[in-house]
Amino acid sequence: MDKLREDKIIADLLPQEFGKQGRIWVICLLFIAALGVFAYGRQLYYGLEVTAMRDYASWGIYISNFVFFVAISLVGSLITAVLRLTNVKWSTPLTRIAEIIAVSAITFASLIIIVDMGRPERFYNLFLHGRLQSPIIWDVIVITTYFFISLLLLYFPLLPDLKIMIGFKERNGKWLQRLYEFLGSFWKNKAAQFKITDKAINILAIAIIPVAFSIHTVTSWLFATTYRPGWDSTNFGAYFISGAFLVGAGGVVVAMYIFRTHYKLEKYITDDHFDRMGKVLVLLALLYLYFNFNEFLVPAFKMKKSEEEHLLGLFTGEFAPIFWFAIFTSMFIPIFILLFKKGRRPLPAFIAGILVVVGSWFKRFLIVTPTLLHPFLPMHDVPANYHHYIPTWEEWAIAGGSLAGALLVITFFARIFPIIPIHETIIETESLENEKHF
Amino acid sequence: MSQNTRRDFIASSLVAGVTLAGCATKNPFTAEEIPDVKPSGEMVKLLSVDGEIIEVDKAFLKPVPALPASMNTIEREGIAGKKFAMVIDLSRCKSVKKCQTACNHMHHIHPGQNWIKVYPMQDAEHSAPYWQPTTCMHCDEPPCVKVCPVDATFKRKDGIVLIDSDRCIGCRFCMAACPYSTRVFNWEEPKIEKAIADKPYSCETSVPQKVGTVGKCDFCPDMVRQGNLPHCVSACPNGVFFFGDILEDSVTNGSETFRFSELIKDKAGYRLMEDLGTKPSVYYLPPVNRNFPFENKEESGVEEKKA
Repeated sequence: MDKLREDKIIADLLPQEFGKQGRIWVICLLFIAALGVFAYGRQLYYGLEVTAMRDYASWGIYISNFVFFVAISLVGSLITAVLRLTNVKWSTPLTRIAEIIAVSAITFASLIIIVDMGRPERFYNLFLHGRLQSPIIWDVIVITTYFFISLLLLYFPLLPDLKIMIGFKERNGKWLQRLYEFLGSFWKNKAAQFKITDKAINILAIAIIPVAFSIHTVTSWLFATTYRPGWDSTNFGAYFISGAFLVGAGGVVVAMYIFRTHYKLEKYITDDHFDRMGKVLVLLALLYLYFNFNEFLVPAFKMKKSEEEHLLGLFTGEFAPIFWFAIFTSMFIPIFILLFKKGRRPLPAFIAGILVVVGSWFKRFLIVTPTLLHPFLPMHDVPANYHHYIPTWEEWAIAGGSLAGALLVITFFARIFPIIPIHETIIETESLENEKHF
Repeated sequence: MSQNTRRDFIASSLVAGVTLAGCATKNPFTAEEIPDVKPSGEMVKLLSVDGEIIEVDKAFLKPVPALPASMNTIEREGIAGKKFAMVIDLSRCKSVKKCQTACNHMHHIHPGQNWIKVYPMQDAEHSAPYWQPTTCMHCDEPPCVKVCPVDATFKRKDGIVLIDSDRCIGCRFCMAACPYSTRVFNWEEPKIEKAIADKPYSCETSVPQKVGTVGKCDFCPDMVRQGNLPHCVSACPNGVFFFGDILEDSVTNGSETFRFSELIKDKAGYRLMEDLGTKPSVYYLPPVNRNFPFENKEESGVEEKKA
């Protein structure tokens, strides 16, 4: 490939400074995150009293947010590992987007779980007195493992790009130049180096699949290992994983659209990418729908006494509006949009992606809280406000702040590093051209 | 060093200090040491620390105030050779709730919280309503203990399930796991008198309750250690609660004592949610031949209006 084409690719994909829009976006996110930090300060001072959680609804939107974060982080393994190992070439420009979503989501999953703790200052007890029989310890182990594998899967493919960026000393400025050199000055584009990283990436791509399955299966076990109606289900692991791939893929479509329009990357994130990701989304939504049928139809057919109140609460009762909203926005409507070729163009696909992500967030809430409000023994001898759960502003601020924080990590990453792998794009274009020649 | 181990250390060094001080002085049982006391002539046999039997004049014995088993390791181990159980006779309960009041008072529970709950139960449309007091079931397969990530809630040799509030991280997984809704959480700083709140926490008294940690019925092992009955048992005017040791096969409500096995056999005792496999230590006697009719004043009056 001629040098000119290569320079054009590099120029297109180098990280850019925030424009006006970018600055407004960052300021808004910083504001939401700061509000979350302030609310958490209040929670630290007054205790979990500031939340609406009480003895029955003892887990609320913090835990559903945790499940949401763990779910969306699974996409890193889907795009980088599953598609890579099955030799899917078109997903190359999406790998870094997927991987940074994974890393930032899993980071905030860990943070939000600390936020939910009554005594966060005793976090060290998990290591001092940890007992292997508790699913929480399993979660700590697999989430930590997943975090580091994801970080490495983000870092290794970044090395050749770091070398490219180190070449733009004046453009980078002092701090970024130092950062790039710190992270990648040892990289010389040698064949031996490529051999090592290729091998490492392959090993990690294989290793991350069982770990990814573990993080979400174990997260589902936090619920499924209890006796409660709505949680006591052998379907839960598969149900969670299918839902996780769905929300993750939805998140990637949303991010693709935003990066594409904001950084003018139409040549790299093409309409074809949206078409293909749209098809992937339909497949995943159908899969999740299948597990939803399993999860609700089977107990509803029997209507066991203990399940009845919970199921009716979801289908027609207190939680029915959220339940049907979540089912329709996370599955039926996106499937309907994306089944049509026109629906898989960037903008409609982007809208479908947003619906999936929003619906999935509420779906996580429905998995966590309604079950807790339907215990085996009726609620009794407790204050009246224990019977319901409506999150307080502090809870919304903290949950919103954590979402804003995750978006900030992704935003700053895209500011500092090329969000589409430069080196891999050059290689792909080259090999495509070679194919044309022969 | 965690607070527990530090307290254990202090406690054990105190014990050691007292022993050493005792050794340094002369024989404490001689008349010169306690000049005011005249020997009564009545001798008592005691076992010395060396395992020898010694005889001491009764007049030289001083009553020692009851000491709590303040060592965390001992509290976690439990009382050897015991297996505690409770029998709740539903035919005697009329929801006086003295059990609840006594429990709340003695454990200095935050106002509004209850470790003992008295449920108005009706199993089916045409079946008879009855009152069902619940304590912690102290299960032999405790789901709460299984899920606790830090061993803050634990099962002892004597069957009692306790909470170490100095270790609890407040994840509330145990509350989700317990099918009996036994556990309560200290969402805010518990309102306790300062003198109580400043005490070091003991797993056996469950006092003082601490913010951000879980609390629940503890079968009052501090009372049991002194040979007394749990507070709910002695507070109940109708003798609903029986407490005892399964290995001794006897349970008592303070005035009546039964053979545990015979009581369960004769009155067809059962446990709650047997199908879950939790193996509770609390047995219920069915509400037949009742002492009182079922009158739910509380539900039709105060409680409903609040909700």
